[in-house]
Amino acid sequence: MDDELAGRVAIVTGVASGIGAASASLLEQAGAHVIVADLNAAAAGTAGRFVRHDVASEDSWKALLADVLAREGRLDIMVNNAGISGGAGTVETTTVENWQRVQSVDSEGVFLGCKYAIEGMKKTGPGKAASQGSIVNIASVAGLIGTGGPIAYTAAKGAVRLLSKSVALYCAEKKYGIRCNSVHPGGVDTAIFNPLWQMVGREQGKAVIGAHHPIGRMAESEELGHVVLWLASDRSSFVTGAEIVADGALTSGLMRRALRGPS
Amino acid sequence: MARLEGKVVLLSGGASGIGAATARLVVREGGKAVLADRDEAKGRALAAELGPAALFVPLDVIREETWQTAVAATVDAFGGLHGLLNAAGIGVRNTIEDCSLADYRRVNDINSLGSFLGCKSVLPAMKQSGGGSIVNISSVLGLRGASYAMAYCASKGAVRALTKNVAMHCAQMKYNIRCNSVHPGYIDTPMIAPRLDQNIGNLSGRQWLEELHPLGRLGQAEEVANMNLFLLSDESSFATGSEFVCDGGLTA
Repeated sequence: MDDELAGRVAIVTGVASGIGAASASLLEQAGAHVIVADLNAAAAGTAGRFVRHDVASEDSWKALLADVLAREGRLDIMVNNAGISGGAGTVETTTVENWQRVQSVDSEGVFLGCKYAIEGMKKTGPGKAASQGSIVNIASVAGLIGTGGPIAYTAAKGAVRLLSKSVALYCAEKKYGIRCNSVHPGGVDTAIFNPLWQMVGREQGKAVIGAHHPIGRMAESEELGHVVLWLASDRSSFVTGAEIVADGALTSGLMRRALRGPS
Repeated sequence: MARLEGKVVLLSGGASGIGAATARLVVREGGKAVLADRDEAKGRALAAELGPAALFVPLDVIREETWQTAVAATVDAFGGLHGLLNAAGIGVRNTIEDCSLADYRRVNDINSLGSFLGCKSVLPAMKQSGGGSIVNISSVLGLRGASYAMAYCASKGAVRALTKNVAMHCAQMKYNIRCNSVHPGYIDTPMIAPRLDQNIGNLSGRQWLEELHPLGRLGQAEEVANMNLFLLSDESSFATGSEFVCDGGLTA
């Protein structure tokens, strides 16, 4: 249906590439009015209305919500997608500075996104139907298993996994009509893998990472965009506080891991 | 036979609650316990009570240099380091609507960054000592959400996840170092003391918390300490990257 989300207003963060761009585009195709929020002005012109935004800055969130409520007058869908990997730090090599930088974007950014989304969803303009709010937080399989990424990123995604449940329960108890879920993608062909693509080449790299997934390949961004679209829409109306895993069965079974000794 | 004979264990939050209870078991089982805490008076008193097998060192878990000093003092005093218990933490009640960014950061710094820094700081000494075991205290709120503990849930979810990351790293590097998380229910420690007198409906705070648990009571610090003892000892030699739940049936 082209108009399933007609009249709904959505914010998607981190849309310069990957899951965010695909989500924004699919939400727009479904009829939603989409605000794409990104630090990077290169995201302008892809889908929706661009607003320059820094998820780690509370002032930036206040300005974004004020702008959306002034111009669109409501908020129904919040996709907290912006994130950084922070490089390949292990427990031994990660510095406090790196840790804090990753937490400020990947954990605090999602916390602020939820907090201001709720405020915005409650302030739907007069004379308009109440918001059927849905908050979608993009976590990662790194929040589920130990080999999913750098330690600071893993910790941040573990935080998002649990804070999403707290938000879901809170909104349910308050009868706000707002749902909140976390999405846990496996390997998705996005810019987060650019450093690896530069080292081994994109096709080669995709094949190597894809082989770790029982389904035999990495995901394309659009496949995660469809998960986001489903969670944003009323089709998932009884789904809240859930962990939606879209990982080609990566975390379903026993994993044979490459043997790696001290180098 | 003493279950921790020859093992040296560093315990953050070792002056009270689960940390203190575990320190007592470590010494009882023949190990050395280094009580690392911000509360110097309580920590020194417990160390004095436990005798020559115990030592107090000051520690502020979010300051990496105090971790390094604590590890150095441990190795100086007892000649090695085989166990780490990350028990220091704070419990704060807040919701997504009333939690400030500063509060969110403070809770996550102490509970999550503090645990990470503990793991990072002990690895060199543990490798030198031939291996070891790290136990991170998460919570049932690292497994399930609670509307009234948003930042705490996030921080304990982070601990749950980073534990697996440390376990996998140490396994891949063949360090002979294991890392597991422990998920207590509500334990009768100073952390939950403020809640016991806050009535909810016609129940006292204590009754309300007790009734959450199928066993119908709060846990005792010693009951979690027993799980920690198992994980710190070689009895758990094939357990790593796992979640050990000690919650009176709360999450069942």
